Amino acid sequence: MCKHTVLELSVNNHPGVMSHICGLFARRAYNVEGIACMPINGGGKSRIWLLVDADERLDQMIKQVDKLHDVLGVDRHDGGHEVFEKMTEFVS
Amino acid sequence: MELSGAEIIIKLLERQGIETIAGIPGGANLPLYDALSQSEQIRHVLTRHEQGAGFIAQGMARVTGEPAVFFATSGPGATNTLTAIADAKLDSIPVICITGQVPLSMIGTDAFQEVDTYGLSVPITKHNYLVRSVEELLRVIPEAFCVAASGRPGPVVIDVPKDVQCAMMEIDSWPEPGMREEGPELIDAEVRRAAAMINRAKKPILYLGGGVIQSGSANEALLLAEKGSIPSALTLMGLGVVPHDHPLNLGMLGMHAARYTNMALEKCDLLVAVGVRFDDRATGKVAEFCPDAKIIHVDIDPSELDKIKTSHASITGDVADSLKALLPQIEKTERTEWLNEISQLKQSNPMIVEGAEDPVAPYGVVLKTAELAEDDAIVCTDVGQHQMRTAQVYPFRHPRQWLTSGGLGTMGFGMPAAIGAALAAPDRQVICFSGDGSIMMNIQDLATAMENNVNVKIVLTNNNALGLVRQQQDLFYGKRYFASNYEYAVDFVKIAEGFGMRTYDLGLSENPAETLAEALAFDGPAFIHVPLSPDEPVYPMVPPGAANSEMIGGKADV
Repeated sequence: MCKHTVLELSVNNHPGVMSHICGLFARRAYNVEGIACMPINGGGKSRIWLLVDADERLDQMIKQVDKLHDVLGVDRHDGGHEVFEKMTEFVS
Repeated sequence: MELSGAEIIIKLLERQGIETIAGIPGGANLPLYDALSQSEQIRHVLTRHEQGAGFIAQGMARVTGEPAVFFATSGPGATNTLTAIADAKLDSIPVICITGQVPLSMIGTDAFQEVDTYGLSVPITKHNYLVRSVEELLRVIPEAFCVAASGRPGPVVIDVPKDVQCAMMEIDSWPEPGMREEGPELIDAEVRRAAAMINRAKKPILYLGGGVIQSGSANEALLLAEKGSIPSALTLMGLGVVPHDHPLNLGMLGMHAARYTNMALEKCDLLVAVGVRFDDRATGKVAEFCPDAKIIHVDIDPSELDKIKTSHASITGDVADSLKALLPQIEKTERTEWLNEISQLKQSNPMIVEGAEDPVAPYGVVLKTAELAEDDAIVCTDVGQHQMRTAQVYPFRHPRQWLTSGGLGTMGFGMPAAIGAALAAPDRQVICFSGDGSIMMNIQDLATAMENNVNVKIVLTNNNALGLVRQQQDLFYGKRYFASNYEYAVDFVKIAEGFGMRTYDLGLSENPAETLAEALAFDGPAFIHVPLSPDEPVYPMVPPGAANSEMIGGKADV
């Protein structure tokens, strides 16, 4: 079982952003276990949390995510994030 | 003044300095074409296939280093551009594709000629846009130029629905044109560390690629090589960075390198990788690439660092800035011992060029053409044996002299890219080496070459086969030639004549060298046919997946 980690992304908020991010993971066969997204700053930007496996490809994935034009910043939370702890309550 | 979205796009492109746009009109981009027809600055080049338009734009961008633009309509127009866009992505070429789209209200209804251009182009662009209002154009168009040209360059797609092209908007002032941004600030400690490693190394090699050309720093790379007496291997994309006859030039590395090039890399103790991405065709089996070497990697794209090979030191930054920062810290050295070792390797394992003197032999025709061509002639190729032979032996002397599809390896690239090169540099000679397999993939745009009377010389080496495929079947599939020989031989000379081209057939000529000279001296598009045997492999060759030390063929003693 792989250790999970959480990536917290600040992104521009428009209809194509999710497709850019999810496509990046999908075409590298890198599974996204959990995803949450909320608009911030009145809707011009969004924050996205991704729950992903922390395997040896993760550093390269983060660099690739960071390269996306609409991604403004990436933070990594190896200790997890309470967003997913709260969401777990809905599926348990 | 009140302008339509289409007029705004054309005005913004004019403000970017665009003078030539290749493309094809259709239902969903007719407003754009109507606006283009009124432009006094921009010339339109009507192609016969949208892929051709994409490669014409690439040819312009590769020669000038500036973003080039092409147009296509929605649906099939857009899908036809995809190969040219993916090709630009893999070779980091700044092109901007502006596609028409069905009106916003009809998106998602399976409207006539509707396709999800945005979705299709996500994985093959640096960035892409679906413009949803006329106001957005004022931000998107300049931003697209900035994105395409900044950092590691790449293609951008802008999908513009027809109603956005038709919507009217009052314009008071124009945004500034989008320009290339400065590279990131260098970290001094990274530069110092790299310089110290270079100064300490006994057997360093420079590994120079397309990034050196993109950043316009071939001169700095050469100065670095000369100051530190560092032999330099070039990638396919880096050919021209170091003049072919420079004593420190090791030529192209990798799958079809000269033996001494790959052998020198085996022996180096420091690999200084600049503007390269450790492509598998260059490195061979990665685990055995430069086994004794520490690695310094210099690149503007942080995701390239440590992607394939973990480096011992790296500089994240524009290659030009990085080389300029490195140069004063490099000690002037003679490195006599290492250079002697290299010249011994060159002597005992030279590049064997068979038929070099014969103008109708596979290598000879490349060399004879080079001898007759102008020093700064632009050389394009398609993909296959002719491409590798040209890369191996053409005496390149200048950056941006060599246009080839490196990363994607797209057959059909050469001839339209040559048209683009000729449009961007009308005073220079443009030569396109092609093969019979490749030329057929975009032959329709010979009509575009004629229509625009571009000074392109097409040298078609015709073995009536897919030569590199056949060569792999020969070497690795028990000589079971399947689907690699054409069973029907078309008459290429007649085809070219059908397009109205001036043709020359070296196979029928009494004096092929003279015929070739006559063809190259002709002012305008010309087609030179060179029949070849299919049993002429490109050597040396490293089998796919093998280490670069496992070269087949090209030995001096056989």
